[in-house]
Amino acid sequence: MSYLAGILIVAGALLVVAGALGLLTLKTFYDRVHPPTMGTTLGTGLMLAGSMLYFSVLDARPVLHEALIGIFMTLSTPVTYMLLVRAALHRDRAEGRDPLQETTSRR
Amino acid sequence: MSTAFFQGAVALAQLLLGLAMLFCACRLVRGPRAQDRVLALDALYVTAMLLILTVGIRTGTALYFEAALVIGMLGFVSTAALAKFLLRGEVIE
Repeated sequence: MSYLAGILIVAGALLVVAGALGLLTLKTFYDRVHPPTMGTTLGTGLMLAGSMLYFSVLDARPVLHEALIGIFMTLSTPVTYMLLVRAALHRDRAEGRDPLQETTSRR
Repeated sequence: MSTAFFQGAVALAQLLLGLAMLFCACRLVRGPRAQDRVLALDALYVTAMLLILTVGIRTGTALYFEAALVIGMLGFVSTAALAKFLLRGEVIE
């Protein structure tokens, strides 16, 4: 059972690294918003599932309090990122540059 | 036997999370505009929370879980406040 927990934890960490790599390498801000969400939702979920499995086997009773972090992250991530993108759109408009123009001319 | 595998897996996960924190810090320093820096700070917060969680798994104590929960909540509040600042120029009006 601890094999499965270890694999879950490493898979979650790999997703977080993929998200951070996307954050570092993509070209525009509106592209860069997307990759970190992969780590904050599915990556966190997999790592928390591994932790729940390990502590449940260790204590020989269901340990479920890690689900609290999972629920909280799943609820809070879309809210913060939508606020941030609205702020970025407002800043782009205030400076007179069109965000859609930038993304279409790049392709 | 399986415990050794599990400890190795958690150590590997910690290494990967440290690498992710390095990428986020790089974007935080480079990021051409303010919103890039706020986004990198939020990703850094989440990765640090997961790193503390893996430390808790490794030591086998539930104490680190509360620390991770508090860090997650602080990250949410700080990112929301910074986004509000970028949008309006002040946090509390």
